[in-house]
Amino acid sequence: MFESAITISNVTKRFDDFVALNEINLTIDKGELVCFLGPSGCGKTTLLRIIAGLETCDEGEIIQNGKSITHLPPHKRDYGIVFQSYALFPNLTVAKNIGYGLKKRDVEKKEAKKRVKELLALVGLSGSEDKYPSELSGGQQQRVAFARAIATNPSLLLLDEPLSALDARVREHLRQEIRELQKNLGITTIMVTHDQEEALSIADKIVVMNHGIIEQIGTPLEIYHHPKSLFVADFVGKINLLDAIYKGNGFFGVGQLRFKVDVVSQTDIVVGEKMKLLVRPEDIKPYQESYEEVNIIEGDVLKVTFLGSFCRILMSIKGLLEEQLLFDIPHKMIKQFAIKEGNALQLGIFPSDICYFKDTHNA
Amino acid sequence: MFQRGLCVMAGVMLAGSTLMAKESLTVYTALESDQVKPYLESFQKVQPDIDVKIVRDSTGIITAKLLAEKANPQVDVVWGTAATSLVLLEQNGMLQPYAPASLDKIDAKYRDSKNPPMWVGNDVWGSAICFNEVEAKKQNLPLPTSWEDLTKPIYKGKIVMPNPASSGTGFLDVTAWLKIFGEKKGWDYMDKLHENIGQYTHSGSKPCKMAAAGEFPIGISFEYRAAKSKKEGAPIAIVYPKEGLGWDLEATAIVKGTKNLEAAQKFVNWATGEEANKLYAENFAVVAYKGLSKKIENIPENYASMLIENDFGWSAKNREAILQEWSKRYESKSEPKK
Amino acid sequence: MPRLFGNSHKMLFGLIALILVFFLALIIFFPLVEILQKSVYSSEGKLIYLEHFSLYLSQPNTHTLIGNSLLVSLTTTLIIVPISFIFAYALMRSCIPFKPLFRYLALIPLLAPSLLPAISFVYLFGNQGFLKSWMGENSIYGPWGIILGECFYVFPHVLMIILSALSLSDARLYEAAQSMGAGSIRKFLTITLPSAKYGLISATMVCFTLVITDFGVPKVIGGDFHLLATEIYKQVIGQQNFELGATVGVLLLIPSVITFSVDALLQKKQRSSVGSKFVLYRPKPTRLFDTIMFFFCLGVVLLLLIILGVSLFASFVKFWPYDLSLVLKNYNFDMMDGGGWSSYLNSLQLAIWSALFGTIIVFLTAYVVERSRLWAPLLGLIKLFALLPMAVPGLVLGLGYIFFFNSATNPLHGIYGSLTILILCTIAHFFTTSYMTAMTTIKQIDREFDDVAESMGVPFYKTFFKVTVPIALPSILEIARYYFVNAMTTVSAVVFLYSPQTTLASIAVLNMDDAGDMSAAAAMATLIVATSVGITLLFNAVSYGVSKASQRWRMC
Repeated sequence: MFESAITISNVTKRFDDFVALNEINLTIDKGELVCFLGPSGCGKTTLLRIIAGLETCDEGEIIQNGKSITHLPPHKRDYGIVFQSYALFPNLTVAKNIGYGLKKRDVEKKEAKKRVKELLALVGLSGSEDKYPSELSGGQQQRVAFARAIATNPSLLLLDEPLSALDARVREHLRQEIRELQKNLGITTIMVTHDQEEALSIADKIVVMNHGIIEQIGTPLEIYHHPKSLFVADFVGKINLLDAIYKGNGFFGVGQLRFKVDVVSQTDIVVGEKMKLLVRPEDIKPYQESYEEVNIIEGDVLKVTFLGSFCRILMSIKGLLEEQLLFDIPHKMIKQFAIKEGNALQLGIFPSDICYFKDTHNA
Repeated sequence: MFQRGLCVMAGVMLAGSTLMAKESLTVYTALESDQVKPYLESFQKVQPDIDVKIVRDSTGIITAKLLAEKANPQVDVVWGTAATSLVLLEQNGMLQPYAPASLDKIDAKYRDSKNPPMWVGNDVWGSAICFNEVEAKKQNLPLPTSWEDLTKPIYKGKIVMPNPASSGTGFLDVTAWLKIFGEKKGWDYMDKLHENIGQYTHSGSKPCKMAAAGEFPIGISFEYRAAKSKKEGAPIAIVYPKEGLGWDLEATAIVKGTKNLEAAQKFVNWATGEEANKLYAENFAVVAYKGLSKKIENIPENYASMLIENDFGWSAKNREAILQEWSKRYESKSEPKK
Repeated sequence: MPRLFGNSHKMLFGLIALILVFFLALIIFFPLVEILQKSVYSSEGKLIYLEHFSLYLSQPNTHTLIGNSLLVSLTTTLIIVPISFIFAYALMRSCIPFKPLFRYLALIPLLAPSLLPAISFVYLFGNQGFLKSWMGENSIYGPWGIILGECFYVFPHVLMIILSALSLSDARLYEAAQSMGAGSIRKFLTITLPSAKYGLISATMVCFTLVITDFGVPKVIGGDFHLLATEIYKQVIGQQNFELGATVGVLLLIPSVITFSVDALLQKKQRSSVGSKFVLYRPKPTRLFDTIMFFFCLGVVLLLLIILGVSLFASFVKFWPYDLSLVLKNYNFDMMDGGGWSSYLNSLQLAIWSALFGTIIVFLTAYVVERSRLWAPLLGLIKLFALLPMAVPGLVLGLGYIFFFNSATNPLHGIYGSLTILILCTIAHFFTTSYMTAMTTIKQIDREFDDVAESMGVPFYKTFFKVTVPIALPSILEIARYYFVNAMTTVSAVVFLYSPQTTLASIAVLNMDDAGDMSAAAAMATLIVATSVGITLLFNAVSYGVSKASQRWRMC
């Protein structure tokens, strides 16, 4: 059993009439890296700021290491924070930026200097003590901000979209670095991001948020393969969405087609109910003889888009009126199956690869 | 005998007061600012322990200020301010009668006739015209010798005079004309004069300074400023109109309700005494203290005889009405003159 | 209330905010309320609603005054807005040389009291002026003198607004128009004018308001041509008629409030019309156009310098116009009206204290409003008080101070007539512009600096001094300079508040002119300009030094 680092219970926050957070409950374990993921305005940053004490919640409680911190001002809490803008003090050198919080804690000057040096080595910027932030690149500034946040050895690290101001290559590189540092230090970390790829690649746990509520909490794999809501499915990764009607026995009617789906429990769906089916593009494959118990569909290739390591194919499907399907296949398989705009193609979808949701919108 | 007693008493009080903390006295005055400094130095020599705060402005403004503060006076002594204004204050019940130490040396003409007097004069100041001879030659202007002359069309736009509402000098001119010509003719005279006026100024000194600089060749002002400007080298002739000169007294009084009565009395004793009058006599041809008047450069010997009969009571009583009439006639027409 | 008391930093913030609210109410809000109240009460203290106004407006003299004020303000606006526009256009849209120099010289009138141009014009076009013949049969004493003087006085104010309006034009729009074959006139009419529209409206209204509420120029050169602004002065100072003064003051408040409201509205519109993808327009050299523009700017700047130079010259002349030998006697202020050299020293003191305290209070106010996250209505109130002075002409503010502080029931009655009241009034009078400068700077400083610092347990006041202040130093210096110069040159508010112990240099100019000592008035005015120029240069040097020392970390 992990010991919990942060427990959030029933936290609610309103801005005038707007409910930014609605009864949020969440437990974060020690040493975990948790990502708050969601579109802008979903409340993820507000939740982070409440944990940081930069905002106050209207209701609910936050417990850190067994103590309630709900009403503590920021400076009495125990955390380090990195912002999207880095917020490095431009008029202070790198060393003074990193050491900014050390002075307050009466750490001796020499010791502080040593600590700064260590931290710089840790983030790979040894020797940059006397530089000013404006003399560093964006990625380097981010490392300084990171070093500054962990300088006081906080038990919690808060990252507010720390990578979104960087370009794609630096971003990818830095996030792995952050992940490694975090693991090595064993520091509980909360990172806010709207980039699902970032969340999927480094988080121990993802908290998907929307409209001030938590849609799903889970590991990246759970979130990706077993989204608990349409929103999560749609927000994380690419999907095909099909209108369906439940016919019983694990069978769904889609247009004139019938799809077999692995239904976990049949008690909560009723025969004749309107449903949504969801298939990820990479789970649709050109049909091969060896496939067993597979849903087979036929159609024409409408468009082939080259996306580097794979191709994305747009198909019209026989038996479906409006809906078209997207599927991804490795580049080399294009030839193998003679995929070309205008050609006909058979596809196979395994029942285990299809998710189903109640169609709440059209109900 | 009684007077001597007073002096002794004053002396005792004076000795007593030097032991006390420095007293402070607020004094309003309409004296010219270049006069105030040497006068005050003399007072501080006699009374080093009284801290005098001077508020100086034009007569009209000092008067208006005093009337506005009637309910809650901010001032102890009014010094060197037109007797007309002091009579007006007296009519408003704002003055405290006091007989200064040297009252018997003051010319009866130049003090309030009541006993003890409400106010005591310091010196006489009266009308004079500054006439710029250089500009006159350039513009072919003859030297005026009378008030009547000033209404001649040749002087159109060439004359400046002070606004009687703000300036004591302006007011004494207006009252003098009403006295000399009679009320109806006086206003007729001013109507004609108005046609020739280039500008009405805020202060009584400015017309003479403007004349001295040739900005306007003729300035209706008063004799101290005229004599001084001429002495400083201004190319002006000083004209004393033959109909007679309007005049007023610069006079001193104690304001009723003063919290510093003792210091105020000391100040008035000095302001009406021999020392101060000797200083006034440096600047003005006629001073209130008997026997101290002396000849001033650029002011004729017979200056005193040119002054018209004056009735401060009448001037004070009619001050507001006169100013209103004046303002109605000449101020609302504010189109620029060519 | 554990949330409030648990946070000592927030409590400190709250305390500062409460002190600020109280202080700003004291120096801005209450005096204004007092003057509004005074205008609806009789001198006996009876509520008479608008009787003062109807009575005042029914006098024939009033109509002349309003007519005169409108005539002068409108004419000045009609002259100076086009001139400022062309000048600004030359600076922003042509390739003339010496642009920075032109810009600096064009702002010189800001360093002089508004009385100075009037004095200069008397020396130029008065009856003994060098250029008297140019006036023909007309006299400079009257509307023409006032209009000329006001033109000098308002030019830099109007210019600055139009400059910032023209700086907003997007180069892409011009390129698009060009690609569609639009000529220069078409581009000017369809792009330049519309984009500068709000700036021009705002400049027009500011110009009108500045002129209609100024009394320095008409006081010196107006002769017997009276305006509403001089009327307040006459009623209050000359006749101690405070109720009437309040009435006229409230009348003058009307155009100011309208200007202020329209300006606030336009700024919102202006902001929304500027997109984020914005490419600055860079003019290309055009020979004929640039030549014309260069000589236009040269002409305007030379005129400004001549006007300034005339007062400078006159201040050394022994006896105008008969003895033009140069002497220093006019600087012997002690023998003249106005309070002598001590006036100048008082002005210096006023300027130093206003600059010091004004800057501190302004910056603190902006910081609290922008950063404290306190109870919104409280911050809203502070903001309102901070913006209010913009809508209040100095004369009205000064009058409000008399009413508020000279009342025997006010416990602060004691500061009436002291230097303190002059400092407070000056801080209030020039609060809004300074506040907006500070606000812009603080908004540019990352709000997250404070969050980061707090997360490290460093209290906000430490971060304020270690980070916020150093970053904002150039704009802090600019605010201090602005306060200093305005304290030296202002006449309008303080003219009601000075006492014999606290006469000021700018007011001495007025009083010396009243007494007829024109050359001494010119001398004092020159001394004020010299001081302002000196201080501006000094501040610029310090500012340059600061940015030099910090150029390693300052991005631009």
